[in-house]
Amino acid sequence: MKIYVPMDSAAKALGAEDVVAALRAEAPDADIIRTGTRGMIWLEPLVEVEIDGVRHGFGPAEPSDAAAILDGTSAKALGPVEDLEWMKRQTRLTFARVGVIDPLSLDDYEAHGGLKGLRVALDLSAQQIVDEVKTSGLRGRGGAGFPTGIKWQTVHDAEAPQKYIVCNADEGDSGTFADRMVMEGDPFTLIEGMAIAGLGVGATRGYVYLRSEYPDAIAVMTRAVELARAAGVLGSDILGSGRAFDMEIRKGAGAYVCGEETSLLNSLEGKRGVVRAKPPLPALEGFLGRPTVVNNVISLATVPVIFEKGAQHYADFGLGRSRGTVTLQIAGNVARGGLFETAFGISLGEVVNDLGGGTASGRPVKAVQVGGPLGAYMPVSKFDTPLGYEEFDQAGGLIGHAGLTVFDDRTDMLGMARFAMEFCAVESCGKCTPCRIGAVRGVETLDRIAEGDAAALPLLTDLCETMTDGSLCALGGFTPFPVMSAVTHFPDDFARQKEAAE
Amino acid sequence: MPASADFDAAELKLIIDAHRSLEGPLLPMLHAIQDSFGHIPAESHAPICDALNITRAELHGVISFYHDFREAPAGRHVLKICRAEACQSVGGSELAESLLSKLGLNWHGTTPNGAVTIEPVYCLGLCACAPAAMVDDRVVGRIDAARLDTLLAEAGA
Repeated sequence: MKIYVPMDSAAKALGAEDVVAALRAEAPDADIIRTGTRGMIWLEPLVEVEIDGVRHGFGPAEPSDAAAILDGTSAKALGPVEDLEWMKRQTRLTFARVGVIDPLSLDDYEAHGGLKGLRVALDLSAQQIVDEVKTSGLRGRGGAGFPTGIKWQTVHDAEAPQKYIVCNADEGDSGTFADRMVMEGDPFTLIEGMAIAGLGVGATRGYVYLRSEYPDAIAVMTRAVELARAAGVLGSDILGSGRAFDMEIRKGAGAYVCGEETSLLNSLEGKRGVVRAKPPLPALEGFLGRPTVVNNVISLATVPVIFEKGAQHYADFGLGRSRGTVTLQIAGNVARGGLFETAFGISLGEVVNDLGGGTASGRPVKAVQVGGPLGAYMPVSKFDTPLGYEEFDQAGGLIGHAGLTVFDDRTDMLGMARFAMEFCAVESCGKCTPCRIGAVRGVETLDRIAEGDAAALPLLTDLCETMTDGSLCALGGFTPFPVMSAVTHFPDDFARQKEAAE
Repeated sequence: MPASADFDAAELKLIIDAHRSLEGPLLPMLHAIQDSFGHIPAESHAPICDALNITRAELHGVISFYHDFREAPAGRHVLKICRAEACQSVGGSELAESLLSKLGLNWHGTTPNGAVTIEPVYCLGLCACAPAAMVDDRVVGRIDAARLDTLLAEAGA
């Protein structure tokens, strides 16, 4: 009997280990395989039992459910997992294997299409590899949406004795967990993507800068790199091709700003994670001053499928200039939270109401913060906005890493605006004044508004303009997004405070 | 989270030698030192600076920049409670505040018996099963007051 139980952090956080112990006690001979998560976090721990070659789901499982799951009488039976509405409606390209395979089995990985992309890439010239990525239309999934192929071209064209691939796995944005899910659920796809990037730009060394808040992801990635090296996927002779690429996992140290690429590079070098002015671009002077590709986890983890299925196949999904799929992370006060991979173009309202099922509390939705702590609070009136880089930009927001955090009608938006400023003050690297001082003044100004000082609101607007225009990086530059979107879309929360004071 | 150990110069030398030839050696070295000693002991500063040819100011800058590095040992266990937006959307702030006031602690405070240090964390990537916390390296989702009490009791607070 084959049983699958996720070892993803979210499943563990909801009691997967206790469920596994109960299953082992009930069925000592069963073959229990640990996987990543399918992304239906509201059903975790989701136990899957293989019946006639089809995986049937049971969830959310508790240890006391073990016996009934095993004898097929459990009331938590969901039927075949692949037939669930949530799974059927997705286009899983980057996350095709997550939740399906044993993350640390290279055989499993290859049996599900793994390493095909790398083998294709090994037969191409470096320029052909870069051209494929350009054709795919892949844009950086970390937030800025910069075309990945153009970044690679710059590094490809640079001449240097050493180049690097750096993976930004410092996924600090609240409401986002796609990077964590892919690293815990399908680590070899990231390794393969980095190896292809190395072949494309002529880099032989790579680093994954992984945040220390993700101990499970660090453990899985570290082991996966060892296994890949032992199997010749990494090292001086990739799959017998005579070409070299090797990589290391590096642990962050709890600084949010290190998700900004130049700050990350300083941190990787062993310095304070202070932002660097651009230019020079990291593509020309990055890690240790050498040409460096800095890409997000999802961008790099998507590279193998582009080579496996063809750049045009990938580009055929999407909307306008946003090609391929977007990995939505539905989070916060939501009935059905989780990860949903789909072509760009789905509307915000469809995601929140249709997929997410509205709030967990059952109350009306008030706002959705899209794109993490630096993303705008979108009101229900903007729910028809399609998810696309340009479309969201026009609506006064940003997709960022595609995390969506849902809030119900009890949320005090002035409080959320204050938190955005407070967070910026705590996490500012201190290099530029608008961010370092501006965030502190922002907290004070919002406190004045809360006390009913009407003169403080224009001051806040002015301060936000200064932060937007004058900050070096997105931390100071984008903190005004949540603050000003709250002011603009929820003016009552800023006025009501005033009446209360009077 | 290992308990603070007595400073051991020989062990420090082993750690420094194991990391000094890495590209960008300082963060991995500091993590390894903290894993062994529970914090970054002041006695380690001069040997690190000598090995990496950096100034004490540069080292202090790095240790003090990152939230993870401690200059003094924490409690025997560290309970991190997420303060970020997704956890706030389901009552995380109220939960953390009531816990801190019940224990009579501020953020970063340690219970009087030295068992647990309470720290804020900004996102554990458990945003679809919030509010979230982490005890040492073990993640916990959908916490409530009762669950927090259990976690604290297990940790000996």
